[in-house]
Amino acid sequence: MGKSKLDLLQGTLDMMVLQTLTSMGPLHGYGIARRIEQVSQKEVLLNQGTIYASLVRLQQRGWIAAKWGISDKNRKARFYSITRAGQKQLEQDTAYWERLAGVMGRVLAMQSEGDEP
Amino acid sequence: MKHFFQEALNRTRSFFRKAPLDQELNVEMATHVEMAVEENMRRGMSVEEARRQALVQFGGVQQARERHRESRGLPWLDVLMQDLRFAFRTLRRDSSFTIIAVVILALGIGANIAVFSVVNTILLRPLPFRDAQQLVRIVEKDAKSGESGRTYTADATQDFQQQNRSFQSVSGYFAFTGPNNFKLSGSSQPLPATGMLVAEGFFETLGVQPAIGRLFRREEFVHHAQPAALLSYPFWKRRFGGDPSVVGRTVDLSDKVDLNNKSVTVVGVLPDTFDFGSVFSPGAKVDLFVPYIMDDFREDGNDLALVGRLKAGVSIAQAQNEADLLFPQFYFEHKHPDYGKGYTGQLTGLKEYVSGKLRRSLIVLWCAVGLILLIVCVNLSNLLLARAAARSKEFAMRSALGARLGRIVRQLLTESLVLAGVGAVLGLGIGWSILAYLAHQGSLALPLLSTVRIDGAALAWTLLIAVGAAVLFGPAPALRMSAGNLQEALKDSGHGTSQGREHDRLRSTLVITEIALACVLLVGAGLLLRSFLRVLDVDLGFEPSRAAAVSVDYDDGGNVARQAAIWQQVVQRASTIPGIEAAGISDNLPMSRNRSWGIAAKGEQKPKEGDFIGVFVYIVSPGYLKAMGMRLLQGRDISWDDLVNNRNVVVLNDTVARKLWPGQNPIGRMAIAGGAVSEVIGVIADVRESSAEDSAGAQMYLPATKQFGPEGSYLVVRSRLPPAALAMSVMQTLRDINPGQSASEFKPIQALVDHATSPRRFFVLLVGVFAGLGLLLASLGIYGVISYSVTRQTQEIGIRIALGATEGRVLLDVIGKTLQLALIGIAVGIGASLAATRLIASLLFQTAPTDPLTFAGMLVLLGAVALLAGYLPARRASKIDPLVALRTN
Repeated sequence: MGKSKLDLLQGTLDMMVLQTLTSMGPLHGYGIARRIEQVSQKEVLLNQGTIYASLVRLQQRGWIAAKWGISDKNRKARFYSITRAGQKQLEQDTAYWERLAGVMGRVLAMQSEGDEP
Repeated sequence: MKHFFQEALNRTRSFFRKAPLDQELNVEMATHVEMAVEENMRRGMSVEEARRQALVQFGGVQQARERHRESRGLPWLDVLMQDLRFAFRTLRRDSSFTIIAVVILALGIGANIAVFSVVNTILLRPLPFRDAQQLVRIVEKDAKSGESGRTYTADATQDFQQQNRSFQSVSGYFAFTGPNNFKLSGSSQPLPATGMLVAEGFFETLGVQPAIGRLFRREEFVHHAQPAALLSYPFWKRRFGGDPSVVGRTVDLSDKVDLNNKSVTVVGVLPDTFDFGSVFSPGAKVDLFVPYIMDDFREDGNDLALVGRLKAGVSIAQAQNEADLLFPQFYFEHKHPDYGKGYTGQLTGLKEYVSGKLRRSLIVLWCAVGLILLIVCVNLSNLLLARAAARSKEFAMRSALGARLGRIVRQLLTESLVLAGVGAVLGLGIGWSILAYLAHQGSLALPLLSTVRIDGAALAWTLLIAVGAAVLFGPAPALRMSAGNLQEALKDSGHGTSQGREHDRLRSTLVITEIALACVLLVGAGLLLRSFLRVLDVDLGFEPSRAAAVSVDYDDGGNVARQAAIWQQVVQRASTIPGIEAAGISDNLPMSRNRSWGIAAKGEQKPKEGDFIGVFVYIVSPGYLKAMGMRLLQGRDISWDDLVNNRNVVVLNDTVARKLWPGQNPIGRMAIAGGAVSEVIGVIADVRESSAEDSAGAQMYLPATKQFGPEGSYLVVRSRLPPAALAMSVMQTLRDINPGQSASEFKPIQALVDHATSPRRFFVLLVGVFAGLGLLLASLGIYGVISYSVTRQTQEIGIRIALGATEGRVLLDVIGKTLQLALIGIAVGIGASLAATRLIASLLFQTAPTDPLTFAGMLVLLGAVALLAGYLPARRASKIDPLVALRTN
């Protein structure tokens, strides 16, 4: 992979947002973006602005809820929190992701065995 | 699944709340950047650096906004709205093109909607009854053309009702009801009304419920029952002003046959949706219904037309098998087993019975109107191509700015959809007007036509053809564009000579297609028109043009002698009215209702059942034959003397005379007609009985005697004046004789003939209009192409004129090109017509589908119109001023 950053697969950003909100509780957009950057240790290519497209999508599907509030520095900010439906979706997505990752791992391992008989 | 609906709902909601949502996002993003700046400054960056870094981390603000909109709203709808706005703007700018295109489309789509609605009403939609597929019409198998051959006696009907196991119920109506057979006396002048006698269970069989009141009860169908009547909805509205309290009241109703004034109780009003005439007797209107009391008709012969409702799960074939076993067992009359037995019963689905004969005509009509739509599409393709040539720079510019071909095609398609949409809306208006006109053509003998309307199916059809048309004609310019050269188009190239040969060929092909399609339509219309003219030319056996009939009321108290005296008085007084050449009375008129009896030659032995032939019967007064313009071939007319002396005489038509006494003189011979022995006194030329197209049947004319009373009476007068001019004086005379004479309609005999030929006239008219429309569109197409090519070659022509080409030479060149297109189109069209006209062969009357005269005539017409369309641009070409042409680019 070298030094270039990972392009996010379709839908993975949504999952990251859901997981972040599950572990951190209600957060504003900047907080979510920063948190994802920290956890990924700058390995993913993330324009912070794109987080808002993901947030509005999740909100419209009823997986997260949004509420205007006041941040630590007395700024007007929007706080997002995961809903029950969002938690359920996250569980499903996680299970699916793990299965897929497992299968991919096995398939790729098989190929490298075939290369060196 | 749930979140999909939720998301769709939220997206739709967001679509309409763009401004507040954008505002919220702006606030949110501003906070975001502020927070980032603050954090960066905490890390020790300067203010400028912190802000710069924050913006880098955030990425494009505008981009984030776009993505936000895409994820929350309906992006495809946004694009569509954009395209629509753009399409409207372009179309408005090019208003002359838009108007022409929309008008052409509206005509094509409107015609299609109208024809589809008629087809849908008559062929596709089920009859307006509950479970209409269970309804069956029962007629005799070798039904002779008269109604008597399609009906049954009361006894046979009852036998079938009792013995069959296939039907839920079987009922019927009296098939020999003439118009205005009743007289309804009210406050003022008595008014005629048409009453239908229906057997017990008729409405129940059809599944018709009354709008107000009740249907007939069982006890109203017995001999000497309390008289009852049901009103039709329009009659109730017209005559009683829609007053619900009329139910339960009694009205004075007199029957024109037995003329007893009866107090009849109105028991109910039938619903607006029930139109007896439109299903059972196209073109007729029925005002009221009274019970058909079987006991009163047992000895009257065949007079019930039967309708049955099959039991659920019983097929027509099963019921047919049963009918084949049962009907041969039925006696004509139980009281007279010696009259014999042996009916047949042919079961036909009521829908098929009503509209089966029209199927082919309607399908042809449908195809014709489909051809029109095709021509419309081809024409629009052509117009759009011409327009695309003018817009090529615009397209090139857009694609240079980064628009992909797909995006431009979508834009073009949106434009054609907008055109088709506007055309369809206008077309709906046109279709609606045509249908409103048709639905009120009461005299048009087409079934169900009064119920024609634009319904859901018609709207769906409109949508389908509008979208179909847009897809057909829309992408033509894109085709051209994809083949075009971007740089070439962007350069300010003028109308070169070598440019766009490909393009020219495409347009020429379209025009040739148009001409060929118009050719098929014209030839088809020509053949139908010729058939129609042939029908009008048929020798009817009588002269309808200057004759008129009026229904006569009188009261003879059932006395034959008195009736004869009244008839004589009426006929003689009518004859003296100035302008009247002849007058006479008959109980039936040709091409309206009819009945038939048996006739046989009286020989040494008693004739057997098989010796009788079925003939139409007319009870007439002296003078009737002359008044109708019927031609006496041999012998004499009935005289007043015959009536006074109660002599049994009969006048036959040629067909009967030749059948009974082939090669012999029939005058003076004795015949058994309707059960009585009569002397043959005259023979008349055959009269077309049911319609101009069927061959003449067998007919006989009898004086009213003790044996046969008339069924109503029509005074027929022949005059030199138009019938309307006589109406007043004739009605005055009738009212002088009988003050109780009702205000009957004074009807030209020609109207009866017109009624009989009305379906054919209807089809000829429509196909003719379509052919005319096709011709107009094709000529527009030719004009467009030739005119365009002249414009494009202005320079070339200018050079040629400058080099010495004469005006005539240029003119001929352009016309030659037109002729070339027209000839190819016509050649293709002839081939297609030969195939197509074979399909309409069965609709033609005494006209071959390859009728050379029609073909030649239509081709000359098409060629002439094509030449005219080419001549106008050719003239313009010949007048080109070389100086001007060469100077302008």
